[in-house]
Amino acid sequence: MLRFILTRVSLVIPTFLGVTFLTFLLIRLVPGDPIEVRVGERGIPPERLLELRHELGLDRPLWQQFLDYIGGVLQGDLGVSLVTRNSVFSEFVTLFPATLELAALAMLFATVVGLPAGIIAAVRRGSVFDHGVMGISLTGYSMPIFWWGLLLILFFSVGLGWTPVSGRLDLLYYVEPVTGFMLIDTLMAGEYGAFWSALHHLILPMIVLGTVPLAVVARMTRSAMLEVLGEDYIRTAKAKGLAGKRVIGLHALRNALIPVVTVIGLQVGTLLGGAILTETIFSWPGVGKWLIESINRRDYPALQGGVLLIATTVMTVNLLVDVLYGVLNPRIRHSR
Amino acid sequence: MHTMPLLDIKNLSVEFTTRAGTFRAVDGIDLTVDEGEVVGIVGESGSGKSVTSLAVMGLLGSNGTVVADRMRFGGKDLLAMSPAQRRKITGKDVAMVFQEPMSSLNPCFTVGFQIMETLKVHEGLSGKALRNRAIELLEQVGIPAPESRLSAFPHQLSGGMNQRVMIAIAIACNPRLLVADEPTTALDVTIQKQILDLLVRLQKERGMALILITHDMGVVAETAQRVVVMYAGQVAETRPVDALFKAPRHPYTGALLDALPERALGKRRLPTIPGVVPGIGDRPQGCLFNPRCRFATDRCRIERPALFDVDAGKARCFYPLADAPVGAGEVL
Repeated sequence: MLRFILTRVSLVIPTFLGVTFLTFLLIRLVPGDPIEVRVGERGIPPERLLELRHELGLDRPLWQQFLDYIGGVLQGDLGVSLVTRNSVFSEFVTLFPATLELAALAMLFATVVGLPAGIIAAVRRGSVFDHGVMGISLTGYSMPIFWWGLLLILFFSVGLGWTPVSGRLDLLYYVEPVTGFMLIDTLMAGEYGAFWSALHHLILPMIVLGTVPLAVVARMTRSAMLEVLGEDYIRTAKAKGLAGKRVIGLHALRNALIPVVTVIGLQVGTLLGGAILTETIFSWPGVGKWLIESINRRDYPALQGGVLLIATTVMTVNLLVDVLYGVLNPRIRHSR
Repeated sequence: MHTMPLLDIKNLSVEFTTRAGTFRAVDGIDLTVDEGEVVGIVGESGSGKSVTSLAVMGLLGSNGTVVADRMRFGGKDLLAMSPAQRRKITGKDVAMVFQEPMSSLNPCFTVGFQIMETLKVHEGLSGKALRNRAIELLEQVGIPAPESRLSAFPHQLSGGMNQRVMIAIAIACNPRLLVADEPTTALDVTIQKQILDLLVRLQKERGMALILITHDMGVVAETAQRVVVMYAGQVAETRPVDALFKAPRHPYTGALLDALPERALGKRRLPTIPGVVPGIGDRPQGCLFNPRCRFATDRCRIERPALFDVDAGKARCFYPLADAPVGAGEVL
């Protein structure tokens, strides 16, 4: 098992380098550098511009800048934001819990709704429910996130006034961030009003972010269940005289979960990518919104560091999924 | 003089609805099995023998419709039972062993879990008693070091071992009837014999009835007391094993016996039966076997024979074979 993990970790290194290189290159391909963006249309004397560029080291050849950056990263130094002058890492760590909270709830939403929906659709294959679930999930999967988000805001926030339009918490409340997770912090502070407010703020972003994973989970669960339900061991389970619930909920589901868990794990990447759009729509103060702002400001270190940290998170989750896959599937566990 | 049979089925039909139409896989068969009796059901692939056994177990999916005049087990009407009532019998009084041991056990659960599950559900055992009973069962089916095998997963055992586990699960609650659907087909020849011997031993020890489904006449000859030969969803011939092997009455039975290698000694070629069992769209008029039967007459091609009484049993043929074995199925 340890060897397996070590092999997997070593495979992460090229991915890591690739991600670093690509973000470094791509953001520099975008016209305008941090200084030009900051001075905007006011203009700046050319000699002053050169001076500032020199200060930030932007006048050196790209390869030198890249090696410098990589050198820093390898020493655990992601640099300093050009805008706020704070360390990129500490900015990320401050904002990341908000994204994580949103992503975790979105995944929870996708799993809690998608798994049962997929199971029932498979068991009642060809029924109205089955066609309904598959139709809705195809729609959900195909829908642009930003459009879906705006639609929900229009309907529930503007039209019905049920949910807030943006942010994490009403201005009425202030909760000292301890874990950074609003739901936990408010509960720890004993502020139940704030807790409800935080929950209210989470509902729409959670649905918007969870829609694509929900569709994927529902469809994957259905197809995995359909495949498993035709297996010989399901017939054996029935021949034992087991009740339908046990046959489906234990014998079939346990096997069907193997591919579903993999898919859920792979959705984490989609989720963090989707968080960028969702956070922007709902002004959610997480890393997604921060990244978009960093792009707009051409804040090179912030963007590079942020993408790198998100990539690391995704790779870690994928590694965990692989390990979990072995736990779920005894055939894999023993062949390792 | 005859006590009530353990399993009593009259005029059982099973139909499957497919896109191509309705297909009658089992067509009006009668089947009785007495307490402690071994009945062999023989036939080619597609003859309806497996479907019959699944109907008995109540394991047909929702697209299979079971119709019968009578279907009784131990005096209870299986047709009148609710699914929940049926489940109390299934796996307890009637148990089944399947063809593919490697895929018939759930790959995600240990062997011990899968044996104990049956005991828990039907006998309400738990704790130490449950575990001991499972070990005892593994011992009875000839699995060495049974205690350590409890925690093994199916993929860690061989096909023969898995089939032993399947048998252990089937006999766990002392069933009165065990249905074995081609239990040795997927196994190596050397293991086949062991598994068959095990089944026969358990049947004798426990006095349970056994339905042995196979396409191997040799297996039937060794184990069964009575044989039901099925063809295209119907009973072609049903007789005691000695009488049937000595003098088959249905030409199909005769041809099956002639195809046994040990009966073809000295012949240059092993006799075969030309053609295949008719499927969904090509049921012939008249006797279902007539296109493959070398004795078929015009009558056989027009009129469908009923099951006629022959010595010690029944055969579905207008012209039952005579006593002397005539090399009936030899290829023309």
